[in-house]
Amino acid sequence: MKTILTVNGKQHEVGHDSRRTLLDTLRDDLGLQGTKKGCDHGQCGACTVLLNGERVNSCLCLTAMHEGDEITTIEGIGSPERLSALQKAFVEKDGYQCGYCTPGQIMSATAMLKEISEGAPSYVSDDLGAPHLSDEEMAERMSGNLCRCSAYPLIREAIAMAAEVKK
Amino acid sequence: MRPFDYFRATATGDAAMASGQIIAGGTNLLDLMKIQVVNPETLVDITRIEGLSEIVCHGDGLRIGALVTNTALAHDTRVRAGWPLLSRAILAGASAQIRNKATTGGNLLQRTRCPYFYDTSQPCNKRTPGEGCAAQGGSGRMLAIFGTSEHCLAAHPSDMAVALTALQAEVEIRARKGDLRRIPIQQLYREPGDRPDRDTVLEAGDIITAVILPAPLIGSRQVYRKVRDRASYAFGLVSVAAAIEMEGDTIMRAHLSYGSVAPHPWTDDAVAEMLEGQAASDALFANVADALISEGAPHPDTEYKRTLLRRTFIATLRQLTVLADRSGTDIARTQA
Amino acid sequence: MTDTFTMDSPQPRLLDQTGQGVVGTPMNRPDGPHKVSGRASYTADTVMDNVLHGVLVRATIARGKITGIDRDSIRSIQGVIDVITDQRMIRNPAQGMAGEAPVQPGDAVYYHGQPIALVVAETFEGARDAAQRLNIRYETEKAYVTPEGTPDREVADPETAGDFDAAWKAAEVRVDQKYTTPSHAAAAMEPHAAIADWKDGSVTLRSSLQMIRFNKKELADTLGIEPAQVRILAPFVGGGFGSKLGLGPEAAAAAIASQKLGRPVRVVMTRQTVFDCVLRRSETAQRVRIGATQDGRITAISHDDTVSNLDGEGFSEPVSQASQFLYGADGLSFTQTVARIAATPAGSVRAPGEAVGMLGFESAMDELADSLGIDPVELRLRNLPDTHPMDGREFSVRGLADCLREGAEQFGWAQRGTAGTRREGDWLIGMGMASAARSSMLVKSAARVRLTGDRAVVETDMTDIGTGTYAILAQIAAEMLGLSPDNVEVRLGNSDLPGASGSGGSFGANSAGSATFLAARKIRARLAEQLGCSEDDLTLQGGRARGGNREMALTDLARDEMQAEATIESGMTAKSHFSSGFGAHFAEVAVNEWTGEVRVRRMLGVMSMGRILNEKTARSQALGGMIWGIGAALTEDMQSDRRDGHVVTRDLANYHVPSHADVPGDMQVLFLEERDDWANPIQTKGIGELGISGAGAAVLNAIAHATGKRIYDFPALPDRVIAAMEAAL
Repeated sequence: MKTILTVNGKQHEVGHDSRRTLLDTLRDDLGLQGTKKGCDHGQCGACTVLLNGERVNSCLCLTAMHEGDEITTIEGIGSPERLSALQKAFVEKDGYQCGYCTPGQIMSATAMLKEISEGAPSYVSDDLGAPHLSDEEMAERMSGNLCRCSAYPLIREAIAMAAEVKK
Repeated sequence: MRPFDYFRATATGDAAMASGQIIAGGTNLLDLMKIQVVNPETLVDITRIEGLSEIVCHGDGLRIGALVTNTALAHDTRVRAGWPLLSRAILAGASAQIRNKATTGGNLLQRTRCPYFYDTSQPCNKRTPGEGCAAQGGSGRMLAIFGTSEHCLAAHPSDMAVALTALQAEVEIRARKGDLRRIPIQQLYREPGDRPDRDTVLEAGDIITAVILPAPLIGSRQVYRKVRDRASYAFGLVSVAAAIEMEGDTIMRAHLSYGSVAPHPWTDDAVAEMLEGQAASDALFANVADALISEGAPHPDTEYKRTLLRRTFIATLRQLTVLADRSGTDIARTQA
Repeated sequence: MTDTFTMDSPQPRLLDQTGQGVVGTPMNRPDGPHKVSGRASYTADTVMDNVLHGVLVRATIARGKITGIDRDSIRSIQGVIDVITDQRMIRNPAQGMAGEAPVQPGDAVYYHGQPIALVVAETFEGARDAAQRLNIRYETEKAYVTPEGTPDREVADPETAGDFDAAWKAAEVRVDQKYTTPSHAAAAMEPHAAIADWKDGSVTLRSSLQMIRFNKKELADTLGIEPAQVRILAPFVGGGFGSKLGLGPEAAAAAIASQKLGRPVRVVMTRQTVFDCVLRRSETAQRVRIGATQDGRITAISHDDTVSNLDGEGFSEPVSQASQFLYGADGLSFTQTVARIAATPAGSVRAPGEAVGMLGFESAMDELADSLGIDPVELRLRNLPDTHPMDGREFSVRGLADCLREGAEQFGWAQRGTAGTRREGDWLIGMGMASAARSSMLVKSAARVRLTGDRAVVETDMTDIGTGTYAILAQIAAEMLGLSPDNVEVRLGNSDLPGASGSGGSFGANSAGSATFLAARKIRARLAEQLGCSEDDLTLQGGRARGGNREMALTDLARDEMQAEATIESGMTAKSHFSSGFGAHFAEVAVNEWTGEVRVRRMLGVMSMGRILNEKTARSQALGGMIWGIGAALTEDMQSDRRDGHVVTRDLANYHVPSHADVPGDMQVLFLEERDDWANPIQTKGIGELGISGAGAAVLNAIAHATGKRIYDFPALPDRVIAAMEAAL
């Protein structure tokens, strides 16, 4: 079957097995290997992409269900020569080690900063009405992205650094 | 995953829905399909059906479309103000990524996380009735303690459904021929009995179209307390959803439900009755908690859940009734 | 060609005399921009035309024989090409540094989860579907799957020094406790993967591996071909932690399939398969006995353990490794029992031994401190041995006392107060500490450095598994040659390059770093010669060479490429001196008095681990280790079925590695300045595993301090914490 997707601003028509996940389409059909497969079951966050602006696990998306949708992958955030503020902060703070979960962490953090700016609450928000950007909030909100190298504190320092830059 | 025909439905009356497997968020179904626990021949994508993604006022309450995502529901300003318990419960579950995809209807219909259900090398009556239950005699930390049968010990993993149960929500179901019916959420779930494969009372062709929240419990204090093996992104060991209405020290009404302890959100009317009309006290809570866990655990690995539920119940009520110092606790109060 | 440098005597601290000033700095990783932009290429990221997809099939019995594979059961599945079964397939990954094929089981099944076939198809979806539907027939045999239940037990001779029994008997105060730890999974985020491509009698294997030099021999031996016919590529490895030390079943299967089918074959383990068949850390049952005098002098130490493994696996978790040298005593005794079980085999997982052994041992030390009424920091300070208690070797350099004192000072240990007295709401607050120790090694390693003008290239088959190899080798070469690190290109993970130690046992930087240093030193000698000065007189800085009253730009001095290769191996210093990283971990936790939940509020690790080559990547390694300690103390619990031995917690939803929310922002690491002259010519010690060693014990000791009650079965899950607290009432 065929599905039309807009990925990083570019429209693609991909032919695929009905079983194809968005993750495998991105990686193996569109050559966007920055999005990683860590578990294929929504249990690690390595495959996080933005779907119409919101973060999702691309391993839990069937390509067939995303006709006309807009997807942003890590390749759409920045290149080695032109890194985003968040990507630069990850390099500066060493917010990674092996680097495998990193694209997912960055995609997730990109969305998270937007969510907080829009006033979205989390399980640890004292006040459901007015959450703020604290380390505890970031930790809860980023918990869908596992990092076995355990760069967690540095990942959050990097996110805080990038958030500061944006202000 | 086995090959299937993909069908995109455009209306709730589409014929394929009668026989096909419905998919919306897919956050649990795709898991199960990848490991061949669920093997549909036709997959019916309902995400493009109009009119199922809205949250609208419904009397003093809300009508939540079945396709409303967990995120949209938890973030809804009306829900945060009027039913904070629901926001908290949803936010206690899964991850932001999954909540962005998971839907209201799908959350209610998600399957157990019993690891034996997920491993096709192990017999499981929930997969294939009559095959046997490998969890019995196996490793059972996540199993249920209440409402199980000799055929199945699995627990329902939802957090959202636990809050909806405490809040006495109703589920709107559209039958194949188009007629709508509404049932209290407790009646959605079946006892496992000898057919643990059937989690709910839904018949072929039925689809959940909405969840109806009754009017907010003005002035109540609400908490969703979830205990798990890591601080986030984990299924619950036990959870307590509580909305308490008080006058002075006296508990007037107690709306309670318990998660991860039964094949569905657990309720115990006797517990609420023991609390209502009584002054909050440690002695009262201890007594009521003992009554709550009077049944024995059906698997030795879940014996701990009785103790944990008892203590979590007491801690939650102490928080809500201000017996406890509130620092470091998770408390929300409905706004009048 | 290369001559081998043997570490027989302390070497001058050349890296402290060179002028570039980049070694030790917190330089950003040169590979960082590629990692953060998704451009770093891991095994499964390689795009190849005509590639076939393979999915491994697992055995679903604990022990027996395969009597039939029903290929017809999947023949109708679209795109299926073949079901590969082959006498050369391997039962499990090779143990670290094996350099030969692991057990090749033929049709025998040794454990539930053993890879027994590879289904190959044109698409991933087709291969996955068919692999799950393939019907296998077995003949089952009796299997013992639990360490408690198996009659097959091997008890080693005790390792002893002095007379433990006499010392124990005479001790005035005794702690005698039993501890258990469950199996752990390395759970690297990148699942094990391989792409094999046979062409003209040779195989090129892209695979996520830590030790290319050994893996090359393992693959050759597995396939029955010469190492010269094997090429392995692993430029980026998505985490290893020991789990990718040895060649894995996915790589063997991919190579065999590619040979048979004449097309490249990609095999990526599903996450469940990773849990099923990748070497786990063994569960342990430990008994720790420590005897002391009333005034806090330790007189007797014993740490006995039982671990498990599958028959035919030589590895056994060295549980008491650190207990043998941390503290002195009149008598010491260590006895290990290995229970042979039919279950997923065990192997090295980050800091094998210390990661779990120190949970028990340092908990017992804490309990001894309580019994004696002596501060835990003070107790440790009073009992540091003069030499290695078991063999009398000198310590090369040991910063443990400084780490303990500095850590106590920095952490505010003096404010700790009495156990069970501090609370905030429902949360009980406590502080705990533990020593850290992890022995350091030097393993044979080669590297080549090439200098052309002011640009250099470092080449070695060493890997960077997240440890920072790309950064530190660039820094070493840049320092030695007086270059900006930006002008140094580091090429790794390619078996065509000089053979390195590989990444494992925390010896990578020591070994590959030293080889790079030595190769660069040879180039320095040549530059000195060309400049006409002695080596000692040569200064290389900013792309310029100075010496003997001459100064030249390297672009002039090294117009033609200069190339040097060097090999280092361990020598006499390892026999005379014992090298180990040391440190002290401090933790503050909050324990919910109702639910038993534990939250780590802050941690500090003070470490003395030789020269720090890159302050930034070293910190990351240390932090990562400490967080692994949190995992071992609180969340990680690999469960196996007690009837058929299969792994029950076989995904990342059921096996709980720490998440962001389990880790506080306040995680501090402090390095004490140190040089280990006896270790290697760059005066370093291993870094990757010291962080975990003892960290979990600090958390557990903090729980004991918060609650006033101890837990002996780890991890400290909520129900265990409650059980301990209820026992206290």
